[in-house]
Amino acid sequence: MPVDQTQYWLMTREMMPKRPIAKNALWAFVVGGLICLAGQGVLWFFMRHGMTAKEASAPTSVVMIGLGALLTGLGWYDRLVKRGGMGASLPITGFANAMVAPAMEYKAEGLVMGIGARLFTIAGPVLVYGMTAAFVVGAVRYLLTGVA
Amino acid sequence: MGVRRRGAATYAISGVYIQSTAAVVGPKEGQGPFGNAFDRVWADEGTRYPSFEKAEQGLLQEAYEIALKKRGYEWHDIQLVIGGDLLDQVISTNFVARSHQRPLAGIFSACATFAEGMGLGALLVGAADVATVMVSSVSHHATAERQFRFPLELGYQRTPTAAWTATAAGVAILGQTPTPLAVEAVTLGRVVDFGGKDPNDMGSAMAPAAYDTIMQHLQDMGQRLTDFDAIYTGDLGHFGLRMLQAYGEQLGTPFGSELHDCGRELYDQKSQDTHNGGSGPGCSASVFAGPLVGKLTSGEWTRLMLVATGALYSPTTYQQGETIPCIAHAIQISRRGIHA
Repeated sequence: MPVDQTQYWLMTREMMPKRPIAKNALWAFVVGGLICLAGQGVLWFFMRHGMTAKEASAPTSVVMIGLGALLTGLGWYDRLVKRGGMGASLPITGFANAMVAPAMEYKAEGLVMGIGARLFTIAGPVLVYGMTAAFVVGAVRYLLTGVA
Repeated sequence: MGVRRRGAATYAISGVYIQSTAAVVGPKEGQGPFGNAFDRVWADEGTRYPSFEKAEQGLLQEAYEIALKKRGYEWHDIQLVIGGDLLDQVISTNFVARSHQRPLAGIFSACATFAEGMGLGALLVGAADVATVMVSSVSHHATAERQFRFPLELGYQRTPTAAWTATAAGVAILGQTPTPLAVEAVTLGRVVDFGGKDPNDMGSAMAPAAYDTIMQHLQDMGQRLTDFDAIYTGDLGHFGLRMLQAYGEQLGTPFGSELHDCGRELYDQKSQDTHNGGSGPGCSASVFAGPLVGKLTSGEWTRLMLVATGALYSPTTYQQGETIPCIAHAIQISRRGIHA
C-alpha cells in the first residue's frame, strides 16, 4: 500500500513523542515563582533602606537584570530556562539572558558587526511587538477613558 | 578494479579498499556508548581555540593526521581530498585545506556528506585511476547552534524530537591497495520531500529519504535486508528510526534487528539529555570511522550498509516557510580475506 504525504504526516503526528506539558508547567511555576520571590526580596531590601515601593522598583529591576546577566555569563541561566521554561524566560532576568547571550556569542565578530549588530537578535522582536502592543493598548485606553 | 552501473542509481565497485580511518570527537560524544571506539576524545569543546569555528577545523585536522599516521602515509600520498561540513561556504573543510595543500573537492549534502564523499571517492578510485582519496566530514555543536539555532547561552527548551549536533570529525582513506575492508557498492540518493517543515524534527522528515535509498540499493543490487549484518542510517535519531520502521511496515518491508542509527547510538539518551540523538555531518562520519569500522575489522560483521541522511534546509528557507528537502546516500562495505 503506498503511503502518501498526508498519511505520512498523520502518522508522524500520531507517533511523535509528546512534550511533558504538565511537568513543564509545574517547573515553570516553581522557577518563575522563585525568581519573583528573589525580586520581592530585593524590593524589600530597598524599601527597608528608606525607599517607597514606587522608588524601589527601578533599582530592583536593575539588580535583577544584573543577576540575569551574571548567571548568563557564568553559563547557568540557560540551564535554569531548560528546567523552568517560560517561568525563567518571562521575568526581566530572562530578558537580560536574551541580551547577554548574543553579546557573548557574537563578540568573535567584533564590536560593530558582532555585538553591535546582533545584540538584539533575540530581544529585538520582543521590543518591537512589546512596544506596538503597548501603543495599541494605550490608544484603546485613551479612546475609552480619555486618560492618556 | 572497476565500476559497473547497476540499476537506476547504484554502482557496483571492485578494487577499492579502506586504507585507514580516524575519528576525533568532543567530550560529550566521548562519554557516550561508543566512547572507547574513537581514536581521540577531546577533554573540552575546544576552548583553547579563539573561536569554535577554529575548533571545528582543529577536529578535522587531527582526524586527518591520525588517519595518515595509522597507515604510515604522508600528505603527498593523498591524491585527492573530498570533504564537507555544515557551515556556510563549507569553511571547515576549505580552511583546513590551506595547510594540507592537496587537491580538494569540497561537497555538501548536510549530514549525508560523509556517505556522498565515500561514494564519490570510491567511484574515482575504482574508475578514474585516482590511487588514494581522503574522505572527511566534520561538525561542531557550538558552530551549528549559532548557524541554525540560537546563541549558546540563550535559555530555551528543546522539543523531544530536536537533534543534538555532534562535535565530531570522521575521515577515511580510500585506495587501491587491498585491505580487509572493501567498498563494494554506492547508491547516490535523490531528494525526497514529504512536506516536513519543522527543523526540530528532522528525523521524521528524513526517514522517507532513507527508505528510498535503502530500497533503491537493494533493488539495484538484487539484495535483501538480511544480506546485511547491519544497516546504519545517519542521524534519524530515536523518533526518525521509529518512523522509518513504521513507514517500512506500511509499505510491506518490515525492518529487523539489522537496522540501526548512528545518531541514536552516539549518546545515551537518558543520562546525556540529547533528546532525539546526535546529528551533523560528523555524526555518521565518526560513528563509521570509529565503532562501525571496528566491528567490521574485528569480524563481528561481514557486510555493512551506511545510509547517511541529510536535511537540506537553511535557516533562510525554514523562516520563509519552505519544506525540508531530504537526501540519503548509501555505501556498502564488506570485510573479506585479503587477496593481494
